[in-house]
Order: sequence, then C-alpha cells, then structure tokens
Amino acid sequence: MTARAAAGAPAVRAAAGRIPLPRRAGGDALAYLALAAGGVLVVFPFLWMLATSLKGPREIFELHFWPQAPTLENFRQVLTATQFPRWILNSAAVAVITTGSVAFFDSLAGYTLTKLRFPGRNVIFVVILSTLMIPTEMLVIPWYTMSVRFGWIDTYWGIMFPGLTSAFGVFLMRQFMTGIPDELLDAGRIDGVSEFGLFTRIALPLVRPALAALCIFTFLGNWNAFLWPLIVIQTPAMRTLPVGIALFSGEAGSAWHLIMAASTLAVLPVLAVFIVLQRQIIEGVVLTGLRN
Amino acid sequence: MSLGARRAVSAYAFLALPVAFFVAIRILPAAQALFISLHRWDIVSAERPFVGAANFREIASDPRFWQAAGNTLRYVLTGIPAQLILGLGIAILLRRVARFRGFFRALYFIPFVTPIVAASWVWQWMYSPSFGPLNRMFEAAGLPAQAFLRRPSQALYAVAAMVVWEYVGFQVVIFLAGLEAIPRVFYEAAEVDGAAGWRLFRHITLPLLNPTLVFSAVYGTIVYLQLFTQVLNMTFGDQGGPLGSTLTVVLYVYIQGFQRFRMGPAAAATVALFAAILVITLAQLRFFSRQVEY
Repeated sequence: MTARAAAGAPAVRAAAGRIPLPRRAGGDALAYLALAAGGVLVVFPFLWMLATSLKGPREIFELHFWPQAPTLENFRQVLTATQFPRWILNSAAVAVITTGSVAFFDSLAGYTLTKLRFPGRNVIFVVILSTLMIPTEMLVIPWYTMSVRFGWIDTYWGIMFPGLTSAFGVFLMRQFMTGIPDELLDAGRIDGVSEFGLFTRIALPLVRPALAALCIFTFLGNWNAFLWPLIVIQTPAMRTLPVGIALFSGEAGSAWHLIMAASTLAVLPVLAVFIVLQRQIIEGVVLTGLRN
Repeated sequence: MSLGARRAVSAYAFLALPVAFFVAIRILPAAQALFISLHRWDIVSAERPFVGAANFREIASDPRFWQAAGNTLRYVLTGIPAQLILGLGIAILLRRVARFRGFFRALYFIPFVTPIVAASWVWQWMYSPSFGPLNRMFEAAGLPAQAFLRRPSQALYAVAAMVVWEYVGFQVVIFLAGLEAIPRVFYEAAEVDGAAGWRLFRHITLPLLNPTLVFSAVYGTIVYLQLFTQVLNMTFGDQGGPLGSTLTVVLYVYIQGFQRFRMGPAAAATVALFAAILVITLAQLRFFSRQVEY
C-alpha cells in the first residue's frame, strides 16, 4: 500500500491522507475480487459491442457470445455505405476549433478578470458566472430561431457557435491565474513586455496543467455533443459523429451487426486516446471537479 | 494616458470578444427563451402575439409533461443514490488494495469518456429481450426473461442503470480525491480510542466527506435533470416509450419544439427546468457558505 497509493495524486496529499485500514490478507483478497467483478460488469458492454460487430447478419441472432467466423465486412459496409469518414472529420473539425477558441478566450478572460484592475471587473465576472446556471436546453430554441434568421442552419458555424466560449472555463482559468504572483508580471512590464505578451509568455505557461484539463474536457464535450447538432444539422454530409450514428442506427432497424460496427468505430479512437492520456484525464477531473 | 488607464484599455480589449459571446449566445437567448414562453410562437406564422401564462397553463394541463417531470424525478431518485453508493463503495475498496489501483480506476472511468450515443445503442442491444446477453444470463441462472426497455414498469430503471454505468467512474475519482483529503490524524486518534471498521467510516469518513457528497449529489442531480441523449437513443423508435415511461423533460421539450414546432410550450418547459436548476444551485451555495473548516 505504498508505491501505488501515491500514484496520480500529489505526493504531499497522499502522504497526509492515506487511511490506515487494518490490513488483513483475506479482506484484501475480497476487495480484489469485488473490484474485478465490477470491472467485468463495466467492460462487458464493450465486449458485447465488439463481438456483435464481428458477426454476420444471421449470426447475431444465434446464442453464442463470441463470433465463430469473425468478419470485418460490417466495418467495410458502414464505412462505404454511409458518410462515416466525413462524420468523423466533421466532429474533429468542430471539436478542434471549439477547443482552440475556448482555450484562448477563456484563459484570456480568466487572466484579465484576476490580474488586471479596471472598473466593472466584478460585475463582468458575476455576469459570466451567472450564465453557468442556464441549461443548454433553455437556449436551443432561441439558438434555432437565431440560426434560421441568419442562415446558420446546416452550417459548421451553426454547429459550433454555442461552444466557442464556456463560462466554466473562464471560472476555472481565473481560479488558476489568481495564483500567479503579481511581481512576476510587474517584472515583465519593467522589461517592456506588452500586456498581451504578459498573458501569452508569462501567465499561460504557468497554468499549463489546468489549461490541458480544460482542453481535454472541452474536446470531449464537443466531440460528444448531441442535442444542438441534432437540431441544427439537416443534411447527411453535415452530420457530426453522434448525430450520424444515431440517425444511421435508427434507420438500420435490426441490423445490429452494422449498428455495433458503427459504435465500435466511434468508441475505438476515444478509447485509444484515453489509454494514452488516462492519467492526465483523470487528474484533470480532480483538478477541475474540486474547484467547482 | 496614465498607466492604470492604459491597463484598463487592454483589459476591455481582451474581454470584448468573450463578453460579446456570452451576451449574444447565453444571456440574450436566455432572455429570449423567457420571451418566447410568454408568446404564441410557431416557426411558420409571422404573427406572435403575447399570450401571458397560456403556454405554462398548457403544459400544466398536459399529462405528458407531468409524466416527463415525474419520470425525471424518478431518474434522479434512483440514479443518484445508486451512483453515490456504488461510487463510494468502489473508492473505499480501491483504497484497500495496494496494487492495480490505477488500473481499476482507469477501467471504471472508461464509460465516462465513451461517446454517449454509441454506448446507448450498445445498451439497447444488450437489453434485447430475445437476443441480448442479459436475458441469456438470466436464463442460465434459472431466472425468468425480462422485457427491460419494452415494458413500461422496467424501462426507466433500465435507462437509469446505463446512466449510472456511465457516471460511476467519475464518481469514484471524485470520492478518491475526497477521501485523500481527510487528514490521517483523525483516524489515528480514533484508533487510539479503540474505534475501527464501521465506526471509523460512520463517525469520521462520512462526516468529513460530507462536502464531497453534497457536491456530487448536486452536480449529479443537475446532470440527471437534463437527461436526453441516453433516453432518445435507447428508445429511438418510440421516443420516451414505451407509453412515455422513459420520457424526460428535455425529451418532451425536443418533441414539442422540434418535431411539432410548438415553440411556446417547449420554451415554457425549459423555463420550468431552469427554475428547478436555479433552486438547486442556490440551495447548494447556501450549504457551502455555511460550511466551517475542520
């Protein structure tokens, strides 16, 4: 209970806080058993998805779990019969641009709201913060009427304009920017660094972990966004991945081998990214979740 | 221009674009949602007369709205306790094991990053009464087959189980951080006094974890109040079915606003949802402002 205990947590906190539970060998074995059983339950849907995606159209209605003659035919069909590659590109474009926008504007606003002094600072902060309480569902109707009026329906701009800034991001970045010593910025000013340069060259590098966490969650959120894209997108070519999968699956009826192949194609890239970045992602949850 | 004035000018320049976004994309639309909820507003006709509370009266007399509201409450009341208990249980188990802790933590977290739409279809297929693996297992265990998403009395719980599956790993991570923040000296002192096991949990872990529990319950409730994607995709052919038994407030809004184009009642329902979230958020703020440091 020593080396792994500190894994993923700041060493100081872990050392201060570990619960000294009585260590009976039997108790630990039971704990492992329970965790493994729970783990199987958590992973089971993915195995079922993968197994079905490798089966033929008749085999999916047979009783065995694992395919007897695994085939990649379903993947070929999904990729050729639909605009799946296009949907992935659409999702990637939307997620990358919104993430870039949130990373830049939210950290700039967060920096300005704590490190610069000017009249109206608190009012602006409170106004931005108050938008956190407005649920997206309340906004989609006005966004829709707005998009109809300005011709944004079924365009990339229409899909992504709601995601270009995030109040949570401003709040988060402000929290982390507060910790930057003013002396550091003043030293930069004396050296003739511009106000914008102070932000990009001094402040931003110092909040890199928070910025990375914000980027990961913004990306995931926009990659998975469903309600608004479902409303604003009208043609198959403009679909994002979640909308594409939902409407494709809805039309596929009982062709579960194809639906599961599409799901597998959507899950695998995210899973790959998660395996590589799992430590940063989970620490990002702790970092951002506890600041709420 | 003085130094302070120059800095203020920079500040306004930096904030101009983000603030314009927040005003144009959040604040004005929120006001417009309120406005729409007080008018007769369908996309086709240009005439949009003020109708007072008529839209609110309409949803208040619509049994489907109350069914959606009741269901949403039921999702909260079943999903949140399940998620908190499972999450805390797993977090405590994780602290008991010395090895593979990071592995298990990551494993339980996977559903949280999985695309929700894809996962919802996978679960719909898992719940298939004749061909899904769940009924096969029931059969193997000698239990009667279940209808799951096809039966009104089970469907909501079947959806809730999927949502719990999705969020439990997130909950585990939050609880692990909360448990780590409890100073060790409390346990040492209690052990000196002879406390152990359940009593340590009951009198030290639970009270000191209280802020984390409240945060999780509030955050989770707000998430569950907005359930939509999972429900729509798991009941795609019969949205919110069977017999409206899985319908949520947001799905009701979607059907009213974007399938029937009745924007007035849809907006009124979102205003009601906003009010619910506002009350919960303010209650949480009150709770945390009364907190004292230990």
